[in-house]
Amino acid sequence: MTDPQPPGTLSDQLLDRAAPDRTAFEDLVVVPILAVFIALVLGALTMFATNVDLPTIGRSYVALLEGSVGSLSAISETLTAAMPLTLAGLGIALGFRAGLFNIGAEGQVLIGGMAAVIVGFSFDGLPAAIHLPLALLAGAIAGGLYASIAGWLRAATGAHEVISTIMLNLISYRLVDYLLRLDFIQREGRADPISRSVLETAELPRLLTWIDANLRLHAGIFLMLAAVVVIHWLLFRTKLGFEFRASGASPDAARYAGMRAGLIIVLAMGMAGALAGLAGANQGLGVLGRATPGFSAGIGFDAIAVALLGRSHPYGVLLAGLLFGALEAGGRQMQVDAGVSIDLIGIIQALIIVFIAAPLLVRSLFPWAFRKLAKVGRE
Amino acid sequence: MDVELRGITKRFGSVTANRDVDLKVTSGEVLGLLGENGAGKSTLMNVLCGLYSADEGEILIDGKPVAFAGPGEAIAAGIGMVHQHFMLIPVFTVAENVVLGVEPTGRFDHLDLRRAREQVRAINDDYGLEVDPDALVENLPVGIQQRVEIIKVLFRSADVVIFDEPTAVLTPQEVEDFFNIVKGLRDDGKAIVFITHKLNEILEIADRISVLRAGEIVGGGEVGELNAAELAELMVGRPVSFDVKKTPFDPGEVLLEVEDLTVLRDNDDLAVDRIDLTVRRGEIVGIAGVQGNGQSPLIEALTGLRRVAGGTVRFKGRDITHASARDRHKMGFAHIPEDRQRTGLIPAFTIAENMVLDSYYEDRFSAGPNMRWSAVNAAAAQAAADFDVRTKSVFNTVATLSGGNQQKVIVARELSRDTEFLIAAQPTRGLDIGSIEYIHSRIVEAREEGDGVLIVSSELDEIMALSDRILVMFKGRIVAEYDGASAEKGVVGLAMAGAAA
Ligand SMILES: Nc1ncnc2c1ncn2[C@@H]1O[C@H](COP(=O)(O)OP(=O)(O)OP(=O)(O)O)[C@@H](O)[C@H]1O
Ligand SMILES: [Mg+2]
Repeated sequence: MTDPQPPGTLSDQLLDRAAPDRTAFEDLVVVPILAVFIALVLGALTMFATNVDLPTIGRSYVALLEGSVGSLSAISETLTAAMPLTLAGLGIALGFRAGLFNIGAEGQVLIGGMAAVIVGFSFDGLPAAIHLPLALLAGAIAGGLYASIAGWLRAATGAHEVISTIMLNLISYRLVDYLLRLDFIQREGRADPISRSVLETAELPRLLTWIDANLRLHAGIFLMLAAVVVIHWLLFRTKLGFEFRASGASPDAARYAGMRAGLIIVLAMGMAGALAGLAGANQGLGVLGRATPGFSAGIGFDAIAVALLGRSHPYGVLLAGLLFGALEAGGRQMQVDAGVSIDLIGIIQALIIVFIAAPLLVRSLFPWAFRKLAKVGRE
Repeated sequence: MDVELRGITKRFGSVTANRDVDLKVTSGEVLGLLGENGAGKSTLMNVLCGLYSADEGEILIDGKPVAFAGPGEAIAAGIGMVHQHFMLIPVFTVAENVVLGVEPTGRFDHLDLRRAREQVRAINDDYGLEVDPDALVENLPVGIQQRVEIIKVLFRSADVVIFDEPTAVLTPQEVEDFFNIVKGLRDDGKAIVFITHKLNEILEIADRISVLRAGEIVGGGEVGELNAAELAELMVGRPVSFDVKKTPFDPGEVLLEVEDLTVLRDNDDLAVDRIDLTVRRGEIVGIAGVQGNGQSPLIEALTGLRRVAGGTVRFKGRDITHASARDRHKMGFAHIPEDRQRTGLIPAFTIAENMVLDSYYEDRFSAGPNMRWSAVNAAAAQAAADFDVRTKSVFNTVATLSGGNQQKVIVARELSRDTEFLIAAQPTRGLDIGSIEYIHSRIVEAREEGDGVLIVSSELDEIMALSDRILVMFKGRIVAEYDGASAEKGVVGLAMAGAAA
């Protein structure tokens, strides 16, 4: 059975890594690219079906491209939109790896963002070097604690996290409404629920205002990149990450190996919440500068798609976050230039997810792009 | 119906699992297929039942070449397989599992379960299977679950039935029943392929034998022409000793002391009923018993995986009744769990990751919060080489290993560590005779180094061969104790059946 052996002792030979699997490469790279392509084609057909004429369809896709990567300001918008999606997406991916289906990122974004904003407008006179980290930390901790409730419920009572996080989302909406009407939070002289403004010392500084005062790209991008690297390190280089992945892949085997399931669930949930909380802080301190009802704007739900699209891998999540950021930024341009509804972007996003989730469908649509499965064995 | 495989070659990447294999199965005959772990038996049969497509070669049914695009087509052609690892849906009833995929339906796609139940009963009666069609599969013992798999195959009117290591999970009594079922099928004119590692079984049930080694057929013949020793040598390629060599029994101080231990099942039924038990250094204690008499809960309680309802457990004089699994691991407990795929391994993880599944936290493999993957990989490669895990690389996932090699990964993980006390449940389930010889020698080695060893096995031969002291467990109690050297197999067997209770 064994083909001619390479030299070296047996245990050395066992350390050889097999050449990267062609199928894995296809699944990770070829399928997503084709999925985006099909989604764009189907999006065009949808527009066509709703009586948009061909030139407008063409114009809208040009606008999509221009609005996402066509200019410095477009890139700035893409990156700005990608930050919270990537941060919250990382949290959800972390949960997936640990076997937890966290639907509660939306609520965690709200609670985290709220906490960051509160710290951000309090403490007048603190230097930025202390104030900003403090506000970010508050966001992460608040989001983390909020998510831990669901983790703790799961570990202690077995209540499924899908249900409890959905409930926590609903609670967070009303909690934010309530908080925004409290005297020390609501902006003076306003009757509508809106918070005070974040102090300059707690703002995530804009990075490109020296080129153009309208460029919104802010320092949150470093936060996003650092989070990607840290989560990658956590998942694949640390003991805790090994425990997360083991519990996610086989809770029974993890328990038999002496890992503490309850603790792992609470920790994983807490970290996922902290990342979503950071996403909220990123919005509150970097983009909005204040909190209003529903300022999370669905980030926590889009982040689920981002995590799935990124295959729960930190680098994948980053790419998926950038793609979704681009669609969002480009979508706005589409609406302006071609008058096409922004809902179309939602449709395209949904189609991308559908096709990514169904690699076999993509394979059968584009058989020429993949090597025949039967031949894989023949190398 | 006769089936012939001609020149079958099957490759997985750079591994050739089958090379140019010719094999013939005739109706009314049991073909025994023997071979080491990883020899390619399951792969060959998966080719036959349409799960894999061969890279080269052809399949002929009654002389006519056929090609299967999937298991569906093989089933339609009359080829059915009972897999090494069962493929049942636990929350479905027997009847629902049996009809899955070929449901009898009435008008408006109404699922006709009544007809399904009747059909299951008919098959039951024909072959004396005695399975309740309405029982939930998850509540059935493995032996009965296997019959469900058999009914599934018969329900799809298979003429060729393949059994992949059917007896590995069965108790001796169940094996006997199973053989009667197989004989019934054979006399009914079915062609049967029977894969096993147990030579006495194959000599008893098979009419013809073929031996695979490293993916190729290396010999075989009519069953009368071969004896166990010859077959063993054909399989492994060297003579195999069936006896375990041990130094004389010379136990040391008491290591594990169990007093009045009571353990409950998940549904609060009494599983272990006030058991007393001691294991000394340098002693192998074997717990014999038919599966389901409380052995699994006992092991889980001793390894810290199940809460103890009453009594105490002491280790080296220290009370560890409520110590966690991790704490016991640190004290030098090693545990080979009985269900390798569910609790012993993570199939989707690499061999290297599985090798440190319960010791990753040790200083050898981690520094602060970080894993030391290079140390892990090196140790895993060493252990895989030592324990003869057949694979190309420790970065392959465990799912790609053959069943027996998966078991070797667990044994390697648990025994390549500095241990004081070893609890092994069915340590050689599914292993070939060469590997059994090796693992038995490693267990004896642990004893010689002064470890205490507790072995739980439904394999009476294994208990008899290894143990210094034999305890028989029946209905949650220890009902008999024998000296390992002088115990008689027949007597122990009777005690297992409850004669001593
Ligand atoms: N899906 C797969 N991918 C890669 N290699 C595989 C795969 N399935 C089996 N193999 C390899 O093919 C060889 C034969 O495996 P197979 O499962 O057929 O062995 P077996 O004879 O059934 O052994 P056992 O008695 O241990 O069950 C092994 O080396 C195994 O690692
Ligand atoms: Mg096998």
